[in-house]
Amino acid sequence: MTTAPRLDPPARVLVTKIGLDGHDRGSRIVAAFLRDAGMDVIYTPPWQSIAAVVKLATEEDVDAIGVSSLATDHLIVPQLVAALREAGLAHVGVVVGGIVPADEQPALVAAGVGAIFGPGASRDAIVAGVAALAADARAARDAELREQTP
Amino acid sequence: MSREAVQLSLPGFDRDFAEWRAAYAGQIGAERPVVNRSGVEIKPLYTPRDWDGSAYDADLGFPGQYPFTRGIYPTMHRGRTWSQRQLVGLGTPADYNARVRKLLAAGATAISFLPCNSGFRGLDCDEVDPLLLGTCGTVSNTVDDMDAALDGVPLGRISTAMNDPSPFTLLAFTLGVARRRGIPWERVSGTSNQSDYLSHFVANHMFYRLSLPGSRRVLTDHVAFCLERLPNWNPVSVVGQHMQQAGATPAETVGLTFSTALQYAQDCVARGIDIDVLLRRFTFFFDISISFFEEIAKFRAARRVWARLARERLGAKNPNSWRFKFHGQTSGVDLTRQQPLNNIARVATQAIAGIFSGLQSMHTDAYDEAAATPTEESARIAVATQTILREEAHLCDVIDPLAGSWYVETLTDQMEAEILSVIARIDAAGGMYKAAESGLVQGMIGESALRWQERIERGEEKVVGVNCHQAEDEEGQGKSTERPDLDRMRAHVARFRAFKESRSRTAVEGALAALARAADDEDDNVFARVVEAAEAGVTHGEIVTCLRKELGFGRPLVVA
Repeated sequence: MTTAPRLDPPARVLVTKIGLDGHDRGSRIVAAFLRDAGMDVIYTPPWQSIAAVVKLATEEDVDAIGVSSLATDHLIVPQLVAALREAGLAHVGVVVGGIVPADEQPALVAAGVGAIFGPGASRDAIVAGVAALAADARAARDAELREQTP
Repeated sequence: MSREAVQLSLPGFDRDFAEWRAAYAGQIGAERPVVNRSGVEIKPLYTPRDWDGSAYDADLGFPGQYPFTRGIYPTMHRGRTWSQRQLVGLGTPADYNARVRKLLAAGATAISFLPCNSGFRGLDCDEVDPLLLGTCGTVSNTVDDMDAALDGVPLGRISTAMNDPSPFTLLAFTLGVARRRGIPWERVSGTSNQSDYLSHFVANHMFYRLSLPGSRRVLTDHVAFCLERLPNWNPVSVVGQHMQQAGATPAETVGLTFSTALQYAQDCVARGIDIDVLLRRFTFFFDISISFFEEIAKFRAARRVWARLARERLGAKNPNSWRFKFHGQTSGVDLTRQQPLNNIARVATQAIAGIFSGLQSMHTDAYDEAAATPTEESARIAVATQTILREEAHLCDVIDPLAGSWYVETLTDQMEAEILSVIARIDAAGGMYKAAESGLVQGMIGESALRWQERIERGEEKVVGVNCHQAEDEEGQGKSTERPDLDRMRAHVARFRAFKESRSRTAVEGALAALARAADDEDDNVFARVVEAAEAGVTHGEIVTCLRKELGFGRPLVVA
């Protein structure tokens, strides 16, 4: 994976959990990794509703959202991606980390998830992956803004 | 039978040892220090100089004798082996029933019940996206659901472990089923797993439902009810598993778990419960990690520490109260999604550690458990692993077979010291309730989790398929994951809605009002009203909602 350019201001990443599961060891550790790598991390406790995540993503103007799923909550991530599009946040990158069985990954990718990190993914791989998605998101948003301003 | 302390005369020991030391240093080259998960430095060789057996009587004794280091019963696995109890939970109650009947036929001797995550969140099945229902546990919101789940299961003869956090609706539903079948409640046997609200609070947000003080109230009421009405039910299982899975080291886990147990014991005594009546029914639930000797030393030390705490600190008089009874689950944290069949070797290793540790009940993980709810095939292999170790490998022929190993005894002493230092730290913070309230424990666990992750990141700890020996094509990659049948689940939800419509509104409202009054009245028993409500047709979600209103809603504590 190529190293993404470090954004200025730094990439803004929302680390969250949606659905029913509360195991937060993974999301806490990944949030710490991303913060140590210089990103602005907005961390939420587990069990956010999809609407709450979309609202927070809008208010915090995030470049990427990391969703930790360890107990099948990934099954509703496509609904989150659709809700982001609906809210005009199509540029925001969505990353899923945790347990996503191989046969269920294609559906997430098809829905628009930018990257999936399973257990054992290294810190470097996660940081680089999120940085790349955030950079793409920032570029897309800036392009959009340029189009809107005559 | 007692004997003189071992005092070997060892002429030439020092000379030979020095010779070995020099030869070792000459050949090993640059030595990297070995430190176990609990932070104990491990030497390359142990000798009678490390442990000489002179404290045998005080520290070890014989199986069934205080301080129980060698086992809590005189016969241990030579007499009765552990209960083979697999965690089961998926889909609708009918799906659960089909799976549990197969496990019983395959040799399981006790059953467990794992509810759907929606239940853990305090929700009924009609309040949740159907895609998420039954994917990690069984949907069970009423006495009818439990009746269907336990159809053909001889309740009253087989012991049932319920993963049933406060306010213990699964037990309430089970008692409703027992009454329908004419089975006296006195004969219902099993354990309220997940009754340990403090471990949920500090280690695992899964079960957040009631506030911390609310959970404290409901647990003591639940214990009082069970001790009075259900002589074969264990109302408290103190869960070390959550803390170890959240990242606490094995020694920290035991220290924090015992601090929790002390808190519950003190709370129950304050409510007027006799300590010996209570401790007879105490059980513990721990993870068995793959850190083989460390786990064995952990459990041997734990038996000794608990015996002394129960006797000296809690003042229990009955030897039964001093016995550290535990269920062990092979740790899912050590399993990998990569090359999943390798997990069969990992689980077997963990299970051997568990057997040598002298556990009373065991769950072996299925090899695919790191990726999904186990399939029937993988669940069968998990049960067979236990039988192979017992019957083919003869691991149960000798009680506490590693005792007397200079290494294992030294490590047992060192783990004991680590455990005691954690307990002292929690004591200094005012006990476990206060230490959880202040976030101290969450901070300790978080630091240990991060330290461990960094050891893996730096490659100091090797995990096959993760940071070494990665394979290109992963086994099981093309396998399809079993999910509950969505149509059957929707039909279940529709029946649930119809059931709610069909109930007597007066009965439901009356039961909920009695529950709310009990929450306000310290002299009433909240759990007794939960059972009455369940029998009146009140659902899980309705019971939780009512108690949340009365006792407060638990909120996650965010530790920076």
